[in-house]
Amino acid sequence: MNPHADPNSGPVAPPQPATNLPHRRRVGEAWRVIFLASTMLGIVALTTLLLNILDGSFGYVALENRVEPVELAVDGVTLEDLSKEELVRVLEERISPALFRKLERDLPFEDRSQENVLALVYEKVVQPKVVKTWTLSDSLFKKGEILQEVQSRYPQAELHFMSWIRPAFIANQQSSDPLKAGVRTAILGSLWTIVITIVIAFPLGVGAAIYLEEYAADNLVNRVIQTNINNLAGVPSIIYGMLGLAIFVRALEPITSGAAFGVVDPTTANGRTILSAGLTLALLILPLIIINAQEAIRAVPNSLRQASLGLGGTQWQTIWHHVLPGALPGILTGTILAISRAIGETAPLVVVGASTFISFDPTGPFSKFTTLPSQIYQWTSRPQSEFRNLAAAAILVLLVLLLGMNASAIMLRSRFARRI
Amino acid sequence: MIQLQNQKWIPSASPVAGLEAEMAIEARHLHVYYDDFLAVRDVDLQIVANKITAIIGPSGCGKSSMLRAFNRMNELVPSARTEGQVLFHDQDIYAPQIDPVEVRRRIGMVFQKPNPFPKSIFDNIAWGMKINGFQGSKKELEESVEISLRAAALWDEVKDKLHQSGLSLSGGQQQRLCIARAIAVKPDIILMDEPASALDPIATLKIEELMHDLTSEYTIIVVTHNMQQAARVSDYTAFFTMDAGRAGVLMEYGVTSEIFTNPRSKVTEDYITGRFG
Repeated sequence: MNPHADPNSGPVAPPQPATNLPHRRRVGEAWRVIFLASTMLGIVALTTLLLNILDGSFGYVALENRVEPVELAVDGVTLEDLSKEELVRVLEERISPALFRKLERDLPFEDRSQENVLALVYEKVVQPKVVKTWTLSDSLFKKGEILQEVQSRYPQAELHFMSWIRPAFIANQQSSDPLKAGVRTAILGSLWTIVITIVIAFPLGVGAAIYLEEYAADNLVNRVIQTNINNLAGVPSIIYGMLGLAIFVRALEPITSGAAFGVVDPTTANGRTILSAGLTLALLILPLIIINAQEAIRAVPNSLRQASLGLGGTQWQTIWHHVLPGALPGILTGTILAISRAIGETAPLVVVGASTFISFDPTGPFSKFTTLPSQIYQWTSRPQSEFRNLAAAAILVLLVLLLGMNASAIMLRSRFARRI
Repeated sequence: MIQLQNQKWIPSASPVAGLEAEMAIEARHLHVYYDDFLAVRDVDLQIVANKITAIIGPSGCGKSSMLRAFNRMNELVPSARTEGQVLFHDQDIYAPQIDPVEVRRRIGMVFQKPNPFPKSIFDNIAWGMKINGFQGSKKELEESVEISLRAAALWDEVKDKLHQSGLSLSGGQQQRLCIARAIAVKPDIILMDEPASALDPIATLKIEELMHDLTSEYTIIVVTHNMQQAARVSDYTAFFTMDAGRAGVLMEYGVTSEIFTNPRSKVTEDYITGRFG
């Protein structure tokens, strides 16, 4: 319509549709389809990842026993149903006297339970061994071929459907036997490390963010600091590993090994401890926490600060009572993201010295340790295929751990956000 | 651009020259700068106690800068700088030994947009008292909150929902909550920066009535864009405008009825009759 037309002169022309409207609609539709496609692509990628992990975590295994349990049956009673005394007798007959005496020394057979002795019989006498594993998809769809293959190539072997992720997997320590290996040590190591990381990085990061947003003047020095923090957030994590190795493991060894505090952990003789790992990861996520907390603090409306100061509040009262409560949900969101990154980090910890194989639990900040990602990395690099199943199961554990931590942090956040 | 160089008259610092009136606060040779930009130039202004003084003028003439100079809120802008004196109880509030926090407690402020804290109605009022060292019992605190809410003509509307969020109130109620919050810390002066510009006419009317009621205990300085509002509520009016360098200057100051019916300066007349601004 002609905007200059006098509305009082003559009949009003009916509105004419803009000629290019169909074209504009088509362009809009095309973009919508592109955005939808990218979302779908992301979902497909995530689903594939998850399916791939599940594929490795379950499936058939062919087990070969050195001695078949059937041979150990006494008078037709299966091994599982034998009494403790009979099991002890089986054990005594089948293993060397020296080993038997050693077991007796570790814990007298009188004090052991039937289950315990049964487990010993399996471990020392039956000695099951994985000869081949199959993925979940193969187990489901190619069962016939698997059965044939087992019959022809492993006539001694027995086929079991196995869930690699099982209570024993969580509860067991690291072992070179895939049937016994578990992730307890790695879970504990990850938890210890992440707790130290949070305890150090959260207060430091939020404190720095408060300073930069609320106190720091806009001058050259502070701008340089700000730019550097932004850049540090993008530094590859392995570089933090090098830094951690140089500073925490080597230079600060008396502190990180606990020697300065009189802690003498027989398992560690150097600074390659949980404390060093926690400090390194804290450095790694510090810029992320600072930047996210700054964003959150900046998002608190200035009118709130003015209201508080206008009532005679000091700057600190303003920050503590109004800025921080307003920014807390955002700060927690940023921290969750940062912790999620830290818990999945492998490279810096390998450099700092996460052990790839330890079979005892960490007892404190000065212990040697391994973490879940390091454990997964170690298992995937082994040639035997069973360890890849273990790695898949460990990835599931890591994901559950991660989701659990995120869920609790989100609950924490919504609690703060709900308070009026 | 309004040329002021050849004005014959000099704006008087006091609206009641020759009369004995108690002054609440007085600006002397006040300049406000933002970096190199002069926002307010050489203003002398005496504010009469327990009266409402309106500051009017076109956009960008330094009204808000002037208002904020009265309780050192300008300092929140890093580039702002104030020269001259603001005398409050015979004390220059810009003197080095004066703590701006104390100044702001004694000279409260209500902002253009209602800005209640995201807390309960009760806590909105109680917070200011608590941080300023309120020592009384819980009951005394509740009584004080009620007194402030009654003074802000809000009590009857909120007495049953004191523990709901202050943000759940309507815009007009929120602004009265902000006024109640300001009175709760017992200031001498309340600065209001266009307190009704974000409100509908009915809410505006309530705020204006409230301002009138508050003069028995408080001195009010109000910046407004709304000429009718200035004419309705204020006892005195200060008209600011820009000089050749775009700095705000006090053009005319006097009893509101005189400014509006018989302005001494042509510029004032043009502005209040709506010919510019």
